[in-house]
Amino acid sequence: MIRLEKRPQPSKVWTWATPVLAVVATMIFGGLMFALLGKDPVLAIRTIFYDPLFGEFSSYSRPQLLVKAGPLILIATGLAMGFRAGIWNIGAEGQYIIGAVFAASVGLAAYPAESVLIFPAMVIAGAVGGTLWAMIPAVLRVKFGTNEILVSLMLVYVAENILAYAALGPLRNPDGMGFPGSRNLSQYPSAANLDLIPGTGMHWGVVAALIAVIFGYILLSRHILGFQIRLAGQAPRAAAFSGVNPGRLVLICMGIAGALAGLAGMFEVAGPAGRISIDFNVGYGFTAIIVAFLGRLHPVGILLAGLLMALTYIGGEVAQLTLGLPVAAIQLFQGMLLFFLLAVDVLTNYSLRWSGREVA
Amino acid sequence: MTDVLLSLSGLTKAYPGVVANSDVSFDIRPGEVHALLGENGAGKSTLVKTIYGLVRPDAGQMTLRGAAFAPSEPRAARAAGVAMVFQHFSLFDALDVAENIALGMENPPPMRDLAARIRDVSERYGLPLDPSRVVGDLSAGERQRVEIIRCLLQDPKLLIMDEPTSVLTPQEVDILFATLRKLQAEGTAILYISHKLEEIRALCQHATILRLGKVVGTCDPRETSARDMAEMMVGTVLQVPSREAAVAGEVVLALTGLTAPPPRQFGTALCDITVEVRKGEVLGIGGVAGNGQDELLLALSGEMRVGSEMVRLKGQPIGHLPPNARRSRGLLAAPEERMGHAAAPDMSLTENAVLTGVVREDLSDRGFLRWAKARTFAESVIAKFDVRTPGPGSTARSLSGGNLQKFVIGREIMQRPEVLVVNQPTWGVDASAAAFIRQALLDLAEAGAAVIVVSQDLDELMEISDRFAALNGGRLSPPRPAQGLTVEEIGLMLGGAHDMEVAHVDA
Repeated sequence: MIRLEKRPQPSKVWTWATPVLAVVATMIFGGLMFALLGKDPVLAIRTIFYDPLFGEFSSYSRPQLLVKAGPLILIATGLAMGFRAGIWNIGAEGQYIIGAVFAASVGLAAYPAESVLIFPAMVIAGAVGGTLWAMIPAVLRVKFGTNEILVSLMLVYVAENILAYAALGPLRNPDGMGFPGSRNLSQYPSAANLDLIPGTGMHWGVVAALIAVIFGYILLSRHILGFQIRLAGQAPRAAAFSGVNPGRLVLICMGIAGALAGLAGMFEVAGPAGRISIDFNVGYGFTAIIVAFLGRLHPVGILLAGLLMALTYIGGEVAQLTLGLPVAAIQLFQGMLLFFLLAVDVLTNYSLRWSGREVA
Repeated sequence: MTDVLLSLSGLTKAYPGVVANSDVSFDIRPGEVHALLGENGAGKSTLVKTIYGLVRPDAGQMTLRGAAFAPSEPRAARAAGVAMVFQHFSLFDALDVAENIALGMENPPPMRDLAARIRDVSERYGLPLDPSRVVGDLSAGERQRVEIIRCLLQDPKLLIMDEPTSVLTPQEVDILFATLRKLQAEGTAILYISHKLEEIRALCQHATILRLGKVVGTCDPRETSARDMAEMMVGTVLQVPSREAAVAGEVVLALTGLTAPPPRQFGTALCDITVEVRKGEVLGIGGVAGNGQDELLLALSGEMRVGSEMVRLKGQPIGHLPPNARRSRGLLAAPEERMGHAAAPDMSLTENAVLTGVVREDLSDRGFLRWAKARTFAESVIAKFDVRTPGPGSTARSLSGGNLQKFVIGREIMQRPEVLVVNQPTWGVDASAAAFIRQALLDLAEAGAAVIVVSQDLDELMEISDRFAALNGGRLSPPRPAQGLTVEEIGLMLGGAHDMEVAHVDA
């Protein structure tokens, strides 16, 4: 019989080994699924994990890695602060959209003037937009005790409709011959967020993600606010005893997450996406939740997890094209990753014991 | 009365890393009250769980009335006539007494018959209890009666009681003892676990003393002093806390009409609490659990904000201030629940030192934590308060209850408080650690601090308090000098009779 025994200390080794184990298990069971779908499992895994980096068309897909990982890491770092504190903001997708709409509005309002101030103004507008959107569930929770999970999630759908309204109405390209969608910001020099080194996918959003990771790490390990965040998440009563103001913590954590998600939206709309359109958002805000947990809510872990997740996205697209795998299979594969991570997580705090008969 | 009811021989039970019972042998005779004594972790719980069929021993045998007895589960033990009243009750608040009792029975009779039997048993043994009352409305003592009657309905030959008096007022203890003596007279054997030595001396005819899993002695408690028994338990000469008689100084903390609604459901509202605490004084606050102890601590630590004038520290109104503002002014606290309230279980001792020490120990610099300094502070608490742990990097939950409590109390005392409030400072702590903590609190008072000790352990309060007050239903009795208080007077204070006393004076 297998028994679980609680460890006196969380295992340091397993803290880092469980994500690796989860990835390996995902490859095995994902491969099994691909085999059931009639595909060669080894080829499918290779197509997802290896080809985008070193395969035939990797010169196209490799820059995409940073383009996709940037917003994931940026959003996940913000979300991790809240998750650590037990504040469950799952509406980053909406904050991402509103950040993009705010930033695009500022950029489009200035069009076609050229100024070095336009891009920074858009950055600020993106962060403000995301923060304001996140403040709605935060303030409702602090003032009225509403559930931030529900409110932040529902606000995603509100944000999607605001996006559609913006794309069809006020932000529509006047020279677009009536098609929905705004002007292309990536073709507007003062607002464009282009590759800093051409062909690498390294745009300002990736730089921002790296800065966020570093700041997140310092905040959690060195700063009193990070200590309070961890304390509130682990032992809420001890946090209250320590003098943490729970309402203030909710506002700060939701604010950070909203600002970073809004920034991610800004960098996306000014760069890779280029414009506000009805289908601007592609789920970064939701995938970032997986990234945050895959990275053990630790900024450095999130950096690695974001890159891995981006890889499965790009590899998944390649596999769709070359092997004809259905989209649902790729999404299932990504879901497996989170499932296995949470399942093997138990090894961090518990050790397995094999034993014969034992009563009580 | 020479025949043996239950005989234990050579019982041994080992868990990974610890031997809970090692070669334990003793006999229990019909109609005797047999005390099982020992510090926390001495193996008392494992032993009674073995008898009750919850734990299977690695070696050794038991015989019940001459026949081999090896219950594989509690049901088998109950069928053989062994019943147990646990320290923690397993009752459903929303159900009434009869329903709760029916739930614990193998083949419950129809409700009307059961209610009649409950009335019958409760009258016969002097345990007043109405079968139709909802358990959620009962006091701790009444809940215990439900458990006892549940056992008595099985007509047990051996009744095991685990720390039964820890939740009772002295008057309720008297009722319980009368019941136990009646049972004893009918030939029922009682295995009585407690650390309250005076009770054991009053009730029991035999005592078996366990230390580190072994039987280290037996005695007749009626003829052995409490001090001798305590020393057998601990294995060393016990240090009884001592100090010079305090000279009362100026008032440091004054509560005036402290009133507050319960901070959470099923909490107790604080009602018009007025008391002053002076420098160098220990104020003991007694009371049965759930009478406002937790709420009083929350109101003093700052976790619960009250009217600013209701709490004054050195004359300054501080009732509206949050915890850290109170700490910086010199009011420190240590709540009852160590894991999750006084300390964060999964955090290291260094981090737990930061938890309350950040203000007074200056552990942060413009918001950035000084981990090296925090570590040094944690190390000094560990050294000064004899906390047994590999080091400040260990998590709080890896420490035993007594060691963590020494850390928690030490962390506050090392911050040189002007007023320290502690709730249940020695709850679940072994006797030597408890003596250490009490001495530390007395030393703190002697050094000029005011100390408020909230506790349910009356012996503890009588030992260290200068003045004693009782909490009852969120009201605090007027404090009285602890010296010379009789058990009866304390019982009346705990029962809330101080109101009548005031009326008496007015008349």
